Amino acid sequence: MDAILLQILNGLDKGGAYALIALGLTLIFGTLGVVNFAHGALFMLGAFCAVTLKALLSLEKVVLDETQQTAWGTPMEIRTPYIEAWLGDFGVTLLDYSVPVSILVAIPIMLIIGIIMERGLIKHFYKRPHAEQILVTFGLAIVVQEIIKSQFGANPIPQPAPDIFAGSADIGSLLGFDPGRVVYPWWRMVYLAFAGIVIGGVFAFLQFTTFGMVVRAGMADRETVGLLGIDIDRRFTIVFGLAAIVAGLAGVMYTPILSPDYHMGMDFLVLSFVVVVVGGMGSLGGAVAAGFLLGILQSFASMNEVKSILPGIDQIIIYLVAVVILLVRPRGLMGRKGVMET
Amino acid sequence: MPILTVRNVNKRFGGLKALNEVNLEVEEGTVHAIIGPNGAGKSTLLNCFVGRLEPDTDTVDFDGTSLLGIKPHEINQVGVSRVFQTPEIFGDLSLVENVMIPALAKRDGAFKLNGWSAMNGETELRQKSMEMLGDLGLADQAEQQASQLSRGDKRRLELAMCLIQDPKLLLLDEPTAGMARADTNNTIDLLKEIAKRGITMVVIEHDMHVVFSLADKISVLAQGTVIAEDLPEKIKGNPKVQEAYLGGAHL
Amino acid sequence: MLTQTSKKGDLLLLLGFVLAVAFGPIILQPFGAGYPDLLQKFAIFGIFAIGFNILFGLTGYLSFGHAAFLGVGPYTAVWSFKLLTMNVVPAIIFAVVVSGVFALLIGFVSLRRSGIYFSILTLAFAQMSYNLAYSVLTPITNGETGLQLRQHDPRVIDTMFGINYGAELPSTTLFGIPMSGWSGYYFCGVVLIIMFYISMRIFRSPFGMMLRAVKSNQNRMNYTGLNTRPYTLAAFVISGMYADLAGGLMAVTDPLAGAERMQWTASGEVVLMTILGGTGTLLGPVIGAGAIKYFENIFSAFNEGTLLQIFSFLPEGLQHAAVSVAALFVGEGWHLTLGALFMIIVIFLPGGLMEGVNRIMRLFTKSGSGGSSPQATAQPAE
Repeated sequence: MDAILLQILNGLDKGGAYALIALGLTLIFGTLGVVNFAHGALFMLGAFCAVTLKALLSLEKVVLDETQQTAWGTPMEIRTPYIEAWLGDFGVTLLDYSVPVSILVAIPIMLIIGIIMERGLIKHFYKRPHAEQILVTFGLAIVVQEIIKSQFGANPIPQPAPDIFAGSADIGSLLGFDPGRVVYPWWRMVYLAFAGIVIGGVFAFLQFTTFGMVVRAGMADRETVGLLGIDIDRRFTIVFGLAAIVAGLAGVMYTPILSPDYHMGMDFLVLSFVVVVVGGMGSLGGAVAAGFLLGILQSFASMNEVKSILPGIDQIIIYLVAVVILLVRPRGLMGRKGVMET
Repeated sequence: MPILTVRNVNKRFGGLKALNEVNLEVEEGTVHAIIGPNGAGKSTLLNCFVGRLEPDTDTVDFDGTSLLGIKPHEINQVGVSRVFQTPEIFGDLSLVENVMIPALAKRDGAFKLNGWSAMNGETELRQKSMEMLGDLGLADQAEQQASQLSRGDKRRLELAMCLIQDPKLLLLDEPTAGMARADTNNTIDLLKEIAKRGITMVVIEHDMHVVFSLADKISVLAQGTVIAEDLPEKIKGNPKVQEAYLGGAHL
Repeated sequence: MLTQTSKKGDLLLLLGFVLAVAFGPIILQPFGAGYPDLLQKFAIFGIFAIGFNILFGLTGYLSFGHAAFLGVGPYTAVWSFKLLTMNVVPAIIFAVVVSGVFALLIGFVSLRRSGIYFSILTLAFAQMSYNLAYSVLTPITNGETGLQLRQHDPRVIDTMFGINYGAELPSTTLFGIPMSGWSGYYFCGVVLIIMFYISMRIFRSPFGMMLRAVKSNQNRMNYTGLNTRPYTLAAFVISGMYADLAGGLMAVTDPLAGAERMQWTASGEVVLMTILGGTGTLLGPVIGAGAIKYFENIFSAFNEGTLLQIFSFLPEGLQHAAVSVAALFVGEGWHLTLGALFMIIVIFLPGGLMEGVNRIMRLFTKSGSGGSSPQATAQPAE
């Protein structure tokens, strides 16, 4: 029982990341009708927003202190981050909280990146075949990933969570299990809550604003999307920007869980596509549900008990589920009948 | 002896009853028109003939074979060809290829892995296809890409593709929809020619002009039921039809 | 793209192709590509792309998992080297047969869907194979180390014929001819010619026309009495076997099998080769494969030193700026060039190089003879 609980918890944070990426993918596909293979790159760019901010905040001022000497007899170097020198304790806190603070930076950056991407490239592919959309965004994904690789190197760059969230919570003992059986890192809990808030925010935005209504109407019936307003172009851009922000924020907050590297985008993208397909192309609720579901399934499949019966199942479970779903229920778990079924 | 027998066909979409106990008999060698106001169930009925929709009950018999639950290509292989509302052709291919494909389907069946023989060797088939294009006045464009044709010519091409298979039954779904008057008249003449060859046709049509110039017999469909079935001149005077279909106006 | 082609034209094309393969080493000498290792790569990836084009170019089904087939080839071939004989013929036959079955299975499932769903399904299968090769299948694949030849491999057939490789690690042969250097290239070259010829036959056949009809209008096909699924499945299996053959040849030239070839970036590469050359054209994929492997070879060899030399005509400040920009695209950064190329081709020249050549040719014929053939100037409808 405690093992099951632990696996569910372990699956949830990964599931949260899948859900956030898949949400954006679905939003873009549903309104713009574009298959965006560069969406994983947006997730990765978000993560590197956090890396960059951390690097900037950690820039250090080096002062030689003549009064102290190192073991080699040279003057001691005192290194202080500029931010600490300027802002004192607040600077230290800022550095500690660099990951959550990155959110503030990432929102405008991701919005701008999203707008440039949509205006500069995606816009021209609305009417082209899906195959060409896939190919051009695939090319873009490679370009972005290689640029990041050339700037930040190929190795993962660890990003610590703020000190206060560094440890783990012994959830098991709260629920009456033996202490130490169900231990869950605080930051993952933060991530989960964050994912919930973002998802809730997107849904509220779509539900309660006029703009959101237009978007939902457009997703419900692609044919009529053109009739919905004169300003359709701008609306498409905003939708794309929104999806970019969601993916980017998912990336920012995920950095303490998975040290970002240049290919994390691609890794998550393939899985997120599978999530979208399982959830149902064009269904936002489906994307979210399938994201969490697959995250949990993956986590269960990596239990030793399961692996000993079905070796290797953890490696393929998600793909296997996708294949079965596509064959048995092509529209996905929550997809509407007739939408992109073939 | 009817070539197509439709008996007690029902079709529901959720709570909506699109077809209700439809009965229909199409005699061999005749043109049978199905008319009715929008939403009467005409297209639904047609889709039940060609395996796209599965009706809920009973019989759709064609020449001794049941058409229920079999796939579109199997229905074609027993001799039913279909013309669509918007012409469905192979836009990327040349006209002569467009016609050769159905000819091959007729000769070789639904699938043949003949990857080693050459298209160039199919001289007989090519000649037959060229003749068919000639019959429909498309010989000059034979090597052109089909997507460049005008709407009317696409319809001609589609008919050529059906006719080369010598179908026992030709289904036409609003063959003149969206056409200019001149194109419509040309198409009517063309269909009359085809009817003269003795090919059985079922035409679904909106345009009264087309129906009355073509049909040997007319069935009127309203709200999923056949409310009248008769010769064209009698249909015109049928009060039930005028009531349901035209809201009392005279034809 | 109309099938009314002359037999003579095809013969000439084939003859030209044979000559190009035969004299490849001499023709490409001035470009610095006249050595067997690289030419062999051209041939192998040429085969891969030709096969991919039979599926994507003719039927329009975009597979994102073809690398899985390319990856299976070497494993089968290396096992054949280990267990049976160092002769390459059985290895290649095994590679093609095994992958044919593999492609049949994957194709049977994937082809139940079309469009993006098909792409995602094939991608999922490829990732699955890749992950499995690194985990459960380690006894067969030898995991991350990769499958290698060993001195004490059984090699039953070789032993039967009393062939002894002594203390050295054996190398692959074709009935005694060692498959390295030029003989290796010409072996791959001959296979390439055969595969090109087969693809030509398919393109010109009723079967090929049916595949193009699948791409054009599946609905019409069904209502014309044709069952599309066996057609697409046949195309999928054929193109999978091409990929496996290419994979098998890789093992012939370098008897080592690793799972990294199955990664989906490798699937992306073959898509790029095909569209770069010209999707749906006979020659395009071979040209695309050659071009990409050629530039990969050149670009990845560049380093800062060579760049400094190239830009040495610039004033020093500019020189360094130019070098630092260019350095992004070469050496380690070759993939960036690849990605950028990908985008440029899809955006500006979706028909690929063959389309580009046609456009230029058309410019000349138009100004020259003034609309000689109506179909050559045909604009595609919207």
